[in-house]
Amino acid sequence: MPGHYYILLSLALFFIGTTGALLRRNALFVLMSLELQLGAGSLALLTFARGLGDQKGHVVAFFVMALAAAEVAVGLAIVVSVYRSRRKIDLDAINELRN
Amino acid sequence: MFSHLHMIPLLPLLGAAYLILAGKRHSRGVVQTVASIAVFASFVISADAFFFGLPAVVHQGGITELVYEWFSGGNVNVDLSLRMDALSGLLCLVVTFIGTLIHVYSAGYMAHDEDYPRFFAYLNLFCGAMLILVLGDSLPVVFIGWEGVGLASYLLIGFWYKENANASAGKKAFITNRIGDFGFLIGMFLLFRATGTLDIQGILDSAKVGTALAAPLWLGQSVAFWAGVFLFVGAAGKSAQIPLYVWLPDAMAGPTPVSALIHAATMVTAGVYLVARMSAVYMVAPAALAIVAVVGALTALFAAIIGFAQNDFKKVLAYSTVSQLGFMFVGVGTGNFAGGIFHLFTHAFFKAGLFLCAGSVMHAMSGSGDITKMGGLGKKLPWTAWVFRICWLAICGVPIFSGFFSKDAILNGAFATEVYGHGLGWVGPFVGVVLLVAALGTAFYMSRLYCLVFTGPCRADEDVQHHIHESPISMVFPLVVLAAGAILSGFAGVPPAIRELFGKHGESTLAVWLEPAVGAPLEVAHRTEWMGMGISTVIALAGIGLAYVFYGGGYRAPAHAFAKKLPGLVSLARDKFRIDELYGFIIIRPLQALCRLVFQVVDRVLIDKILIGSWAFVADLAGRVFRFFQAGDVQRYLAVFAIGLAVLVWIAARPAAPDEVRVLVEDNTVAVSLVDPEAASGNLTYSFDFDGDGIADRQGKVPSATWTFSGPDHHTVSIVIEDARWHTRRTIKRDIEIR
Repeated sequence: MPGHYYILLSLALFFIGTTGALLRRNALFVLMSLELQLGAGSLALLTFARGLGDQKGHVVAFFVMALAAAEVAVGLAIVVSVYRSRRKIDLDAINELRN
Repeated sequence: MFSHLHMIPLLPLLGAAYLILAGKRHSRGVVQTVASIAVFASFVISADAFFFGLPAVVHQGGITELVYEWFSGGNVNVDLSLRMDALSGLLCLVVTFIGTLIHVYSAGYMAHDEDYPRFFAYLNLFCGAMLILVLGDSLPVVFIGWEGVGLASYLLIGFWYKENANASAGKKAFITNRIGDFGFLIGMFLLFRATGTLDIQGILDSAKVGTALAAPLWLGQSVAFWAGVFLFVGAAGKSAQIPLYVWLPDAMAGPTPVSALIHAATMVTAGVYLVARMSAVYMVAPAALAIVAVVGALTALFAAIIGFAQNDFKKVLAYSTVSQLGFMFVGVGTGNFAGGIFHLFTHAFFKAGLFLCAGSVMHAMSGSGDITKMGGLGKKLPWTAWVFRICWLAICGVPIFSGFFSKDAILNGAFATEVYGHGLGWVGPFVGVVLLVAALGTAFYMSRLYCLVFTGPCRADEDVQHHIHESPISMVFPLVVLAAGAILSGFAGVPPAIRELFGKHGESTLAVWLEPAVGAPLEVAHRTEWMGMGISTVIALAGIGLAYVFYGGGYRAPAHAFAKKLPGLVSLARDKFRIDELYGFIIIRPLQALCRLVFQVVDRVLIDKILIGSWAFVADLAGRVFRFFQAGDVQRYLAVFAIGLAVLVWIAARPAAPDEVRVLVEDNTVAVSLVDPEAASGNLTYSFDFDGDGIADRQGKVPSATWTFSGPDHHTVSIVIEDARWHTRRTIKRDIEIR
C-alpha cells in the first residue's frame, strides 16, 4: 500500500475530528472528536517516521498518547463536574464565560 | 545696593500663603497679627528703601533689583525685576501704609465673621499683587500684578459668596476687567513690536528718542497712539472709566474695608499709575493723551451726576470714586502727570477715610447702608463724624484740606496745558470746564451725603436706633490716622504760588520727586494759579451751600420740589442712566444668543454628534463584532483557534527567505543569484522579472539569472519563489541602477 494513503487517512480523520469538535453539542462527543484529531496526528507522525526511516516520529507518537490520556482524564473530570453542577453537558447552553 | 526690594511684595504673599494653608488652625488674634505684620513689615521696608535711598530713588532714576531671569528666547528677554523710583516708591508707600491701616480696621470690622482667615489671606494676596504691579520693571511683570489684583478683587467682592448678588458682582468685575486686560495686552504687544523690548525703561528710552514709536501704524496714527489707546483701555477697565466703569459700583458688595482699600484707595488707581508710568509713550502721541483726558472728564461728570441720586452710602462713595478717578485721568491726560499722581495720593487717604467711615456707620446701623434711613449720627458717632467731616471737606476741595491742592493742580494743569499742539488745543479748556462742573457736583453730592447721614433727626427704625454705638478702637484708630492724612497729604504738593508766601521757591517736594519719572510739572503763572484756586474754592463752597439748602438737617422742601419738578431726571440718575440695561441689551444679550448658537452648533452637533458620536459608533461596531467571538461558547473559541492555526500553517508553508540575494551589475548586464539551500530539493521555481512588466523574463529551478538592459536607468527586479506543492509564493524586490 503506498505511503500517501496513510497520510490521506490521517487527513480524513483529522477533518472528521475537527468537524466533530466544532459542531457536536454534547461535550462527550467533542472530547471523542478531540481524541480522533490526536489519533490522526499520531498516524501522520508514524507514517512520516516510517517513510523517512527515522525513529523520532515514533517517540513523539508516544508523547501524544500520554498527552491524550492526560487530556481525557482532565476533560472527563470537567465534563462530570459540569454535569453535576448543571445537570447538562450541552455546550451551547454552557456559556457562563461570556463577555 | 538695596537687595531687599523683593521682600516688599514677597512678605504679603507669604502671609497670604500661610493664612490660606494654616489660617484655620490659629485664633482670630494670630491671624490678624500675621496679616497686619506682613503688610506693615512691607511698609517699613518700602519706607527704608525710599527714604534712605532717596537720592538714588529720586535722582538717579530709581533702584532696580533683578530677582530672577524669567524667560528669554530669540530677542525676547523678560526679567522678573523690580524697580523703585519716585513714582513706584510713592505708590508702594501708599499701598502698604493704607493697607496696614485697613488690616487693623478689618480686625474690628470682621470681628463677627467666621471666615476671617480667608479674608485676611485675600487682603494679603491683594497687597502682594498690588506691590508687584507697582514695582514691576517690565510690562509682563506689571501684568502679573495687574491680574493678581484683579483676582484678589474678584475673590473679595464675592467674599460673602453665599449671596448670589455678591458672587455675580464679583463675576461682573472680573469679566469687565478682562476686557480691559485685552487692551493692556494689545498695547504691550504693539510696544514690543515697535521697540523690541518689554522692559519699561527700554520702552521709555525708545519713546524719548521717538523714531520707532512715532512711526505710523494705522489710520494715519502712530504706534505710540495705538499703544497708548489700548493701554488706556486696560487702564479704563481697572480704573472704572467710561465705558468700563459699571463694575465698580457693584463691587461694593464686598466687605467695606475691601471697598476702601481695593476699590477706592489703591487698585482702581492702577490705571492712572499705568498711564503715568508710560508717560513718555503718551507724550509721543498727544492725541492719545487727549482721549485719556476727555474720557476722564466725561467720566468725572457722569459719575458725579449719578452720585446725586444714590441712596446707598457705599454706592455714593463708589460713584464718587469713579468720578475722582476721572479727575486723575484728566490730570495725566493733560500731560500733568505729577498732578494726576498727586490727586491719586491725596485721594487714597480721604477716600479710604470716607469708606471706613461708611463701614463704621453701617456697623452702627446694624449693617444697613440706606442713607434715607439715617440722620443725626453726628452726636452718636462723634469720632466717625469728625473724620468724615475732614475727609468730606478734603474731597470737596475746601482750602487747606488735601483735595483742594490736588484738585487745583489738575484744574490748573487742564487750563494751562500745551501738550496737544494746535488742532487739539480745545481739549485742555474743554476738560477744564467739565471738571469744574464735576467739582461742583462732587461738593454737592458729598455734602448731601454728609447732611443726610450726620445732621438732623434720625430717621432709622426704633430698634436700629437703639443699637447705634461708636465703633471699637481698632476701627477708630485707622480712621483718625486717615483723617490726619487727608489734611497733611496735601502739603506735599503745595503749588509754587503758595510756597512763595512762606518764602520758599520752586516746585513742591512731590513735583520735584516725581520729575525724573514723569517729567517736569507745568509752569503756571502765579496770577492764574491764584485765580484757579479762587474759582475752585467758590465752587466747593457753592456745592456745599446748595446741598445744605436741599438737605441740611434732612430732606428739605427744595429737595422735594426738585424731585417733583424733574421726576424723570431724578429717577434716571437713580437708575444710573440705565447703562447696565443698555449693555445688557446691546452686548450681553447678543453675546448670549451667539453663545447659545455656538453651543447648539459646535457643542451639540459638531462635538457631541459628529466627533464623539462617530467614535462611539466605531467603538460600538467593534464591540458588536468582537462580542461575537466572546460568546462564552467553547466551540466558537475553538473555531477561531482552528482558523488561526490554518493561517499559521499556510504562512509556515511559504518558501523560506533565501540566505542572501546577490546582485552584480557590469555595464548593462545584471546578474542576480540567490543563496538558497532549499533550491536543491527541486520543489521551488524561481521567476525573474527584470524589466518590470509583470511577466517573468527568466524562469526555472535554478536560483540565478542574468539580463542585459538597453541603456542606463533605474530598474526594479522582482524575484518570485514559488512552491508548487502548496501553491505558496514569496516575492523579493531589488532596486538596481545602470549607469
